[in-house]
This record gives sequence, structure tokens and C-alpha cells, in this order.
Amino acid sequence: MSSRLSEFTKGLIKDNPTYVQVLGMCPTLATTTSAKNGFGMGIAATAVLVMSNVVISAIRKTVPEKIRIPIFITVIATFVTIVDLLMHAFTYDLWKTLGLFIPLIVVNCIIMGRAEAYASKHGIVDSLLDGLGMGAGFTLSLTVLGSIRELLGNGTIFDISIWGKAFNMFVMILPPGAYLTLGLLAALFAAISIKREEKAKKQASQIQRSGDIK
Amino acid sequence: MKLFLILLSAMLINNYVFIRFLGICPFLGVSKKVSTALGMGVAVIFVLVMSSAISWLLDLLLIALKLEFLRTIVFILVIATFVQFVEMFLKKNNPNLYEALGIYLPLITTNCIILGIAIVNSLSKYNLLEAIFNSLGAGIGFMIALIIFATIRERMELYDVPKPFQNLPISMITASLLSLAFMGFQGMIK
Repeated sequence: MSSRLSEFTKGLIKDNPTYVQVLGMCPTLATTTSAKNGFGMGIAATAVLVMSNVVISAIRKTVPEKIRIPIFITVIATFVTIVDLLMHAFTYDLWKTLGLFIPLIVVNCIIMGRAEAYASKHGIVDSLLDGLGMGAGFTLSLTVLGSIRELLGNGTIFDISIWGKAFNMFVMILPPGAYLTLGLLAALFAAISIKREEKAKKQASQIQRSGDIK
Repeated sequence: MKLFLILLSAMLINNYVFIRFLGICPFLGVSKKVSTALGMGVAVIFVLVMSSAISWLLDLLLIALKLEFLRTIVFILVIATFVQFVEMFLKKNNPNLYEALGIYLPLITTNCIILGIAIVNSLSKYNLLEAIFNSLGAGIGFMIALIIFATIRERMELYDVPKPFQNLPISMITASLLSLAFMGFQGMIK
């Protein structure tokens, strides 16, 4: 059971698709103008990822090795079309803001990457959990990025006012703000992992030393 | 005049890399050296113009058959097949060009700028000539962005960047400043 759980949690932090694996950069940068848009994009991509992971895992034994890529792309594109039409019908405003980036989920490297690296080699339940975890990690990073940009640019998070219009930096909502925020967040992630490594090294050397004294 | 405006707009004012965020993966991946950036840029321009012309024609067929909702599936399959064809054709008929572009061609299928432009052309209801100019502008804009970025990164190799900022973060911040510079073109055409 614990290994099943780790299939899910690895996508959240350890193998986070955005900050650690640097996949799916285009929607990450383009759709995080507000927390709501980032969250919506994350959910749409997660839906496609989970469904395509399950289907690809289910058909993995019948698909010939040589033409697997076009087949995977067709499966993914089908689900993207379904999500596109559903969003058009039920969440029209969000569909309009995300616009071009909904059909572009097809070429999001996260989805193709998980299909090729994971779903085509593992069982249905594992692939489902893997899709959910990676999708959750993607949604989490997009929501965080969107919240920061919305807060700095507009003084709100999820349309809830935090400090009003006092210190708005409009540039954070514009394209340069996307690159800047992502760059700083990635640096933060790197700094934390460097600190952790150093700590682990220190502990290891301390254990060794105490062993030498004994 | 309208064609020129479309070209200029796609190239600079709405630069697809810095302002509209298409094609970021190859932009970060193959921008370490100017020579590879040049190769990738040429390959993208070529594939972009050809595939947008083909998908424009297919779009006519889809509209005639009232199958517009199949656009995404049809476009991505056509682009993937087309890239394969170009690769095989060049290998057979023009080995020199194949050698030069070879490694970049397969990478292009996953470049979202190709599918993105095909969809943009279809959504903005461009005619064939306008679609070709839009994709040409987007391709040139992509190449300009790639070359500027590669030049900066080549120089950045020499500098002592703080450890947490190495690789991705510093590239992102550089891109942010470049994007700010490209924002300056906004308002050139009213």
C-alpha cells in the first residue's frame, strides 16, 4: 500500500513536473496570469493526463512497438478534444481565457512523457495514481505561480482582495512577470535542495566521525 | 500592406516566444550555442511555413464537412507525419541539408509553436497568403529570440552565477528581461 501511495506523492515535490523536471513550460508561463486561470489549466491537464494514462496502460500490450508514438498522440488528442468541448460547454469564461492553450495540451511534454515513460510499462491502477500525482503536482505549481503573480500584480488571490490596490506591480501579470516569478521560484527550489544535500552530507560525516572515535 | 503588418506583428510585436509563450521547450533546450540555435531556427521556419499551408488546406476540408471539432487531432497527426516525410525526403535527396538539420527535425514535432500557429491561423480566419505570412513571421521571430538568447547564454558561461541560480533560474530571469525589452514594440502598430 505504501508503494502505491508513493506513486501518487512523488509528483507533488520530489519529481515535481514544473520545478524539478522542467516540463510543460508553455502553459505554465502563459496561463498563470491569475490563481484561477492557473488552477483551471492544471485541472484540465490533469484530466487529460489521468484518462490518457489509463487508456494507454490498458492498451499497452496490443500496441505494436514501432507505431506506439502516433497511437499515443491520437489517444491524447482525443481526450484533449473531449476536455475542450466540455470546457466550452460548462466553463465558458475559463475556456475563453485559456483559449489556444487547451488544444495545445496535446503537445504538453508532461502528458507524452508520462505515457512513454510510465503508462506504457505499468498496470492500470499504478498509471492512474501516477497520472493523478503528476497532475496534482502540475496543478499545485501552476496555482502557486498564479497566486504569486495575481497577488503582486493585482493585490488579490482567487479574486479575494489581500492588500487592495496599494502596491500593484502590473508587470507581474504581463509576460515578463511570468518568466521572472518562475525563475525566482526555481531558484528557491534549487536553494532548498542544495541546503538539504549539505545537511545530509554533514550528518553522514558526523556519523562517520563518531564511529571513528569509538 | 496588411501582409506586411501580419509579418511584423508575428515577428516582433507579438513575438511568439517572449509575449505569447509558444515553443519554450526548444527555446530553453537548444539555446546553449549560437550555431545550434541557427540550425534549429532554420528547421522551424521551414516546417512551420509548410505545415501551416497544409493545415490551412485541411481546415477548408474540415469546415466543408462540418468536422471542426476534429481540428486538434487532425492537425497534430498531419504535423507529425509531415515532419517524418521531410526527414525521409531530405535524407534521400539532400544529404547535406539533412546532416545540417537532421537532429533538430524530430524535436520539432513536440514544439508547440507548430500546432499553435496552425490553430491561430484557423481561429483568426486568415486566407492562405496571410496564414503563410503569419507563420513565416512567427518562425523568424522564433529564430531571432533563439539567437539573441543563445548569444547571451554563451557569454553567461564565463560569469560566476550563484549556485541556486545556475541553469534554469538565470535563463528564466534573462528571458524575463528580454521579454520586457520586446514589450517595447507594443503600440508600434495601432
